[in-house]
Amino acid sequence: MAKVLMKGNEALGEAAILAGCRYYFGYPITPQSELPAYLAKRLPQVDGVFVQAESEVSAINMVYGAASAGARVMTSSSSPGISLKQEGISYIAGAELPCLIVNVMRGGPGLGNINPSQSDYWQATRGGGHGDYRTLVMAPNSVQEMADFTLAAFEYADRFRNPVLMLSDGVLGQMMEPVVMPSPKDYDIDSKKWALGYTGKDKTARNLCTSIFMGQEELEEHNWSLYQKYQVITDFFKANKELAVEEYLCDDAEIILVGYGIISRILKTVVEKCRKRGIKAGLVRPKVLWPFPSEIISKLADKASKFLVVEMSYGQMVEDVKLAVEGKKPVYFFGRTGGAVPSDFEILNEVDKIVRPD
Amino acid sequence: MSKWVINENLCKGCGICIERCPMKILAFAEHLTPKGVHPSSMTDESKCTSCAICAKSCPDVAIQIYKEEK
Amino acid sequence: MKQVFGKTKVLSANPTHYCPGCDHGIVHRLIAETLEELEVADKAIGIAPVGCSVFAYDYFNIDFNQAAHGRAPAVATGIKRTRPDSIVFTYQGDGDLAAIGTAEIIHAANRGENITVVFINNGIYGMTGGQMAPTTLVGMKTQTSPYGRDAATMGSPIRVSEIIATLESPAYVTRVTVNTIANQMKAKKAIKNAFTLQKEKKGFSFVEVVCICPTNWGKKPTDAHKWLAENMLPVFPLGTFKDIHGIEKA
Repeated sequence: MAKVLMKGNEALGEAAILAGCRYYFGYPITPQSELPAYLAKRLPQVDGVFVQAESEVSAINMVYGAASAGARVMTSSSSPGISLKQEGISYIAGAELPCLIVNVMRGGPGLGNINPSQSDYWQATRGGGHGDYRTLVMAPNSVQEMADFTLAAFEYADRFRNPVLMLSDGVLGQMMEPVVMPSPKDYDIDSKKWALGYTGKDKTARNLCTSIFMGQEELEEHNWSLYQKYQVITDFFKANKELAVEEYLCDDAEIILVGYGIISRILKTVVEKCRKRGIKAGLVRPKVLWPFPSEIISKLADKASKFLVVEMSYGQMVEDVKLAVEGKKPVYFFGRTGGAVPSDFEILNEVDKIVRPD
Repeated sequence: MSKWVINENLCKGCGICIERCPMKILAFAEHLTPKGVHPSSMTDESKCTSCAICAKSCPDVAIQIYKEEK
Repeated sequence: MKQVFGKTKVLSANPTHYCPGCDHGIVHRLIAETLEELEVADKAIGIAPVGCSVFAYDYFNIDFNQAAHGRAPAVATGIKRTRPDSIVFTYQGDGDLAAIGTAEIIHAANRGENITVVFINNGIYGMTGGQMAPTTLVGMKTQTSPYGRDAATMGSPIRVSEIIATLESPAYVTRVTVNTIANQMKAKKAIKNAFTLQKEKKGFSFVEVVCICPTNWGKKPTDAHKWLAENMLPVFPLGTFKDIHGIEKA
């Protein structure tokens, strides 16, 4: 297929259609608005459904309904809107329904601003809403990955019957890059025999979608089965390392830079500049933030002597890196917020301070 | 076979059927059900017209009504 | 002997958890009988709310979704848009629909979603132990209005049917009650009208049922029915507020 020049948000929208998603429910908020605008135009052309909801709360509950009826369905928003969706995400996780939720992160807390940010890492990877649950969190770093990860996200969602959260940011959403659209996937709603409204001849009992389990034993059993599913997801990404993480020049690295999303692009440049200056730097870029690639980072901590985590926040993912490193080596942090995207020069300075402290 | 059949396990003893029976032939039974309620009971089935007002008044659909076929 | 009244197969055999005399059981039965009579039970999908009827799914032999508090109309929207040939209804109380779910009900109605909403209005929060609802009468004492609802600081009862009827899109908006057999028959007709319209893809239908809550009103069920007629109905008058297809005359 030919390369086309697209905005990240639009590439994600087109990829969703290629993935067989025909239902979008959302509410306007910057900087993700290109995505609903794109789907409002495209979905009717493929007999799909686009509904502008009255709120993010309603939108995620429409997703809950559509997912319970077997649809490949998605919603998108930016940080404050994702906060509003947490109630619904908790229900979707509790009822074990597949869907895609896109967060084009902006600055917070509160209304913050509309600039790119990575300050929703904790919210995304810790569950976000109430209860003992996990969402599978993916972090693309290019317009191409906005498209590729979207196809993968719908597959993961169905495979694990779990919500998948795409953690993007204002830069990735709005920037334009050439992209090769992935091949379309067929989707058959009747493949989900558990879905409400399934009327196949093999249906023997009514279908129920719920997250309420009143008995103590009943709820513990449910939570235990969720926990076991999360272990299956974790094992899947351990076994498929290339899907979970990108490593760059790590083999002989003394200092390993860690960053996700747009930051990882800058870190790659920093690594290359370090190498030119004789500093053995490497890069670890988690593509999946939950489950976090702890094992890989732990192994690297046996070889490398230092870690520097860079985020567009005052330090969220750095906690997961520290947990993975287990105190074996020092973990440094550099972050900018408010919409500031750190330059390679700034980060290089930080590397210098760490590597050559005198 | 009776015209008036109650599933005592469903009866909660609210008394609505007893009050609404036009023939006033329903009353709380002396005995208690496993749920601890005095269920509704038929006192004189010969007077029952099978009007089903009691059954339709029952929030727990505990009563079934039959009519003699002519 | 011929059976003249029995339990519809659309209702499950489970005993309900509702209090003695509670109207939920009556309204459940009217819905279940309607689904059976319209021959749509096999493609019906209910949405249970949060509140006393949170376990409504246990009492129907049909597909069910259990929604978050107030969100049932949004969930119904997602289900119906995905499966337009199914028969989708929400079953919601006054806390769920008229307080926390105000936005969801107004906008589902305004989009003209082809769903049916059954709204149970008993003027109080039942499940949580009898707190003030948006529909609580002025002067009525509840756990959270222990001196009686004061209109000056707590507002007056919200008349949801009248509000919904001001919108262009809804096809059918009506208020009924089940406090007597005669009123129950009218309620059944209204519920059947609502589901018939949905079956014919004629748009959003809304049936408000003014109900009793004997436990939290502190009254015997039989007294509660009389209290409803004397106190609730003057504030929530029965009647049809919108019927754009004239189904009541048909």
